[in-house]
Amino acid sequence: MESFFVRYKDPLILMAVLFVQIIALATQVKRTESPVQAGSGGTRLIRVWTMSAITPVEKLLTGTGRFFRGAWGNYIDLHGARRENRELKEQLDRMKLDQAQLRAEVEQTHRLEVLLDFRQRVISKTVAAQVIGSSGSERSRIIYIDRGSHDGIKRDMAVITPDGIVGKVKDVFPRSSQVLLINDRDSGAGVVLEKSRLQGVLRGNEQGELQITDIMSDENVHSGEPVVTSGGDSIYPRGLPVGTVMNAAADHDSEPFLRIGIRPAAKLDQLEDVLVITQMAEHSPSVAEGSPSIRAADVLAQRLPSITKPPDKDKEAGQANPAQANSGQPNSVATGQQTPPASPLQKKTEVPRKSAGAVESTPGQGNKPPVKRVSPQPRPGATQSTDTPTGEKPPQ
Amino acid sequence: MNGAVASSREELDVQRFSIAVSIAVPLLAILVQAYLPLKLKLTPVFDLPLLVTIFFAVARRRPVPGMITGAVIGTLQDALTHHPIGLNGISKTIIGYFASSIGVRFDVENPGSRFLMTFGFWFVHQFVYYTINLALVNVRDSWNWGHILLTAFSNGFLAIVLFTLMDRLKVRS
Repeated sequence: MESFFVRYKDPLILMAVLFVQIIALATQVKRTESPVQAGSGGTRLIRVWTMSAITPVEKLLTGTGRFFRGAWGNYIDLHGARRENRELKEQLDRMKLDQAQLRAEVEQTHRLEVLLDFRQRVISKTVAAQVIGSSGSERSRIIYIDRGSHDGIKRDMAVITPDGIVGKVKDVFPRSSQVLLINDRDSGAGVVLEKSRLQGVLRGNEQGELQITDIMSDENVHSGEPVVTSGGDSIYPRGLPVGTVMNAAADHDSEPFLRIGIRPAAKLDQLEDVLVITQMAEHSPSVAEGSPSIRAADVLAQRLPSITKPPDKDKEAGQANPAQANSGQPNSVATGQQTPPASPLQKKTEVPRKSAGAVESTPGQGNKPPVKRVSPQPRPGATQSTDTPTGEKPPQ
Repeated sequence: MNGAVASSREELDVQRFSIAVSIAVPLLAILVQAYLPLKLKLTPVFDLPLLVTIFFAVARRRPVPGMITGAVIGTLQDALTHHPIGLNGISKTIIGYFASSIGVRFDVENPGSRFLMTFGFWFVHQFVYYTINLALVNVRDSWNWGHILLTAFSNGFLAIVLFTLMDRLKVRS
């Protein structure tokens, strides 16, 4: 008997090790079926220890990389700063005009919402975070961010970029969090096709592609149609960009439905900075809310050379309209430039590069830098205001 | 007779590593595996922890340390995913065991055999992972021969380079 154990020592140890691992795996699978106990137990400790060991090194690597890239980037930026400044001023002029038009539409929408007693959940607080790692596996589309429970992050919080949604917080550690990307096959998000208003569930597949598979095949779905969140999943607020329709074809696995391929709005394979939505607020609009209306015609009038007034009259006009006088905006801007229409949902593509300290910011603010707190937002994802966050005079 | 040959070969060619190397290299492999996909899109195709498991197991030529190395590396790798812990752990335990057994019987020092060995173990690893995932977790992965062949080739070539570099870490006894 003794010789048996000595002779087959190695295979017996192999079987014992495998047995222990299989039992541990089976226990986890059993636990996961019960949502209350999911993520608890002994494996939680292994994950916390692993992350505690890896997070500082990943933060160091990320920080070092950013430092060198930032230094080089600053040098390069200086070369094009003047030209970029001029372009930005022109862009700001165009956006002011768009803003005035949008404001009129928003006010009309508010009035309708009040009439309908409409309520919606809006983003009231976000925390900026840096992406510091991934799962390193094709089977698990996970990223790690450098914010954890100490920064107020909790499970199932939505993670976004100014371009679109990214995923949701799957697990939280003291100094880091695990984010499940929307293109993982275990993730799902309620979405709506912006033009046709068809609702569906967005899922990832094994190849990391996004698709909607629960829209009937007799519906008309057009390539290029934008897709936004529907808000029905209680994770992502309504109206955030998700992506655009790439293609739609009959799904042979589930016959009466379409398989709609979606191109993600956020660059899921090049994520560096993200925003975690840490607080949502129930928003009921009122007629009183909203700033004094500035009509698009007023903005146009300011630009037309025909209404140029002598300086003394300007002064009188400034006294009569202190808001306009304080703004530092000249009554006439004789640019004579054509203002091509810009997209009302023009999004910022720059994300905060600096350390994502516990800066709170709100998406959908055009090219503004992160602000301390902006709340409430009437409609997430849409440009809201042309006021500069610092209260500076607009460029002339 | 074979046993005697294997035993003498084992005694002659067992290679040792310092404790620092035994701990740092697997951790570094997991760290690089987690960090590099943020910078290079193709890196998830490679499985550095698997290559490190094979290397240590083959070099040590002892099944028990080989399987323990595989179990630890696989478990740590699992801890970074959102899947249950054990999928990579079990797969790499088996790889560690058989890699060390192969190390006793065959010459695994030249690049050709290293490529073939990694190529073969890649398939075994994928198959074990697929089977456990299906049988225990009830998740059916797609078995894409083209993709698996491509990744097996990629990892085989990477193994030639990586093992040559890691040979320098050996402390010959």
